[in-house]
Amino acid sequence: MTPAQVLPMNTKDRRLVGLACLAVLGLATLPWLGSALIVDKLIYLFILVMFAVMWNLLAGYAGLVSVGQQAFIGLGGYALIRLVDAGLPPFVMIFVAAIGAGAVAWLLSWFVLRMKAGEFAIATWVIAETIRSLVMFDPIVQGETGTSLLALNAYDPDLRRLVLYLLALASMVVMVWGTWVLLQRRIGAESQAIRDDEDAAASVGISTFRVKQRIYVIAAIGCALAGALWLASAITFQPRTSFGVQWSVFMLFMVLVGGIGTFIGPILGALVFFGLQELFGDFGAWYLAGVGGLAIFFALYLPNGIVGLWLDRGKDEPLSLRKRLRM
Amino acid sequence: MLDSLIQGILLGGYYAVLAAGLSLMFGVVRFINLAHGDMAVLGALSALWLVQSLGLGVPLAIVITLLGMAALGWLMQRFIFERALAGGFLVPILTTIGLGAALQNGMFAVFGSNTKSLGAHIGSLSWASWQLPGGIYVGQLPVYMFVTAVLVLGALHLTLTRTAFGRALRATSSDAEAASLCGVDPRRVQRGAAAIAVALAGLAGIFLAMRAQVTPFSGPMMLIFAFEAVVIGGIGSLRGTLIGGIILGVVQSLGALLSPQISILAGHLVFLAVLGWRLSQLAAAERGGWRLALRALTHKPDVTGRKA
Repeated sequence: MTPAQVLPMNTKDRRLVGLACLAVLGLATLPWLGSALIVDKLIYLFILVMFAVMWNLLAGYAGLVSVGQQAFIGLGGYALIRLVDAGLPPFVMIFVAAIGAGAVAWLLSWFVLRMKAGEFAIATWVIAETIRSLVMFDPIVQGETGTSLLALNAYDPDLRRLVLYLLALASMVVMVWGTWVLLQRRIGAESQAIRDDEDAAASVGISTFRVKQRIYVIAAIGCALAGALWLASAITFQPRTSFGVQWSVFMLFMVLVGGIGTFIGPILGALVFFGLQELFGDFGAWYLAGVGGLAIFFALYLPNGIVGLWLDRGKDEPLSLRKRLRM
Repeated sequence: MLDSLIQGILLGGYYAVLAAGLSLMFGVVRFINLAHGDMAVLGALSALWLVQSLGLGVPLAIVITLLGMAALGWLMQRFIFERALAGGFLVPILTTIGLGAALQNGMFAVFGSNTKSLGAHIGSLSWASWQLPGGIYVGQLPVYMFVTAVLVLGALHLTLTRTAFGRALRATSSDAEAASLCGVDPRRVQRGAAAIAVALAGLAGIFLAMRAQVTPFSGPMMLIFAFEAVVIGGIGSLRGTLIGGIILGVVQSLGALLSPQISILAGHLVFLAVLGWRLSQLAAAERGGWRLALRALTHKPDVTGRKA
């Protein structure tokens, strides 16, 4: 079989990528210019982008609609707490914690990937709840109370913020770029084939389990990394928050609003969600109810999200992967 | 120990009612309503509101709530789920998750976060009990709830097996297209099923409000319990749902002997074990049963192409 050929990017996309590179460079210099508040908010935005991109990879490209990615968000945080408690350097351990959560995902994959659609969705959620219950038995976590990443207080707050900001920015860039590269490769086409029709994909010789497993583990590592970064910026670890199903609701909202199964969709969705939170977050419960309502609206009337609006007008989706593979 | 066992069985009635709605939706309308638990909470809080703010009697409040929930189920099916179902398997999941978030936070904004209970409004029933020989006390309320649950599920079973609506419903559930060729309107049937399912969720919510407390955020946990009961008992039969509910109730109340945390965890673990066992059976069946699957593992495939 001849390897899949990738058609060259069109001019608009190339310009967009150039702009994105400039934006990243600008963001990298921002902490020396902007206030601490802005830096903190941007860290949260980067984390949201990571969540959205990872969930899109899982649900949008591989068809694995999980309601349980909070298992890995929480596990990343918990592993970080444990590793730092053992006296290891916190900033390095963020990445070790993510890999650890990936190992758990690899073990779980043998079980969860045998399930179909709705069953998979709820079973992943129950697994997240189970892991949360187990973590709460750890004396360090003190049940519902939770614990704090006290070791980080040893660092100067400004330095800590700067390091976390740069780590979050770098992680986000690596995840977005890594997803782009991954989807260009064989596994990208294979996972989309599985999403569209698993039996048909298997019949043309795709090792469906292995493809899904890889995507599942990668998405788990990504979520755990973002979760560990979130914990390092929030400091407090509470099992109910870290393992909360609200993360899944957020991820789903961002991906749905941006455009599921598109490359740029989740990034747009994360920006929209971040903007909504900044504008209306003070309304508390009404705001969150509105987010739920908006999710229903998008699911029913704009299932392809903002990117879908583009496509409906006959315009090309920016950074589309759809037309770029020549098999 | 025996005490916990009895309590667990009685608790199973509540879980069975909760699970029956979910199972019915899954069986007939073919999707998992991830807002099922939140609808149960909505039923509970509506009944509480009728009792506390309008001063209605508890029985009347229950009747009004159940009718209201049935109407809500019909409307949801008509205006939300039907549209969602047309979009493949992904859209219903996204829609009902969004619905759940909207319901939870909406109820939080309207009713506040205080935990609430109907216990104060049902007089001595909330604590009265019978003494069985052997010094075991059985609460009257759990017994009444269990009996109600069995009666409701029994009535539902009779409806499904003996009435024209039940026949249409079963036909729609096995093949909606073929059913419509035989003169059944699958949409009407599905709306009816959704009305029943949401009313059942409301009943389960009222049960919860009577025996314990409800908060606007109790829904997700209720959904998980319902799903666990459905899977443990096996999808597609009301008797299985009742058995699944009872098993879940017993496991939880036995786990509660050790600690409250273990109670819920034990339920999760039994659910995962049952699910894992069923998946392994399926995987083995695909390979021609366990014996063949094991033989395939232990014997190397014959590469020369000779017949073994």
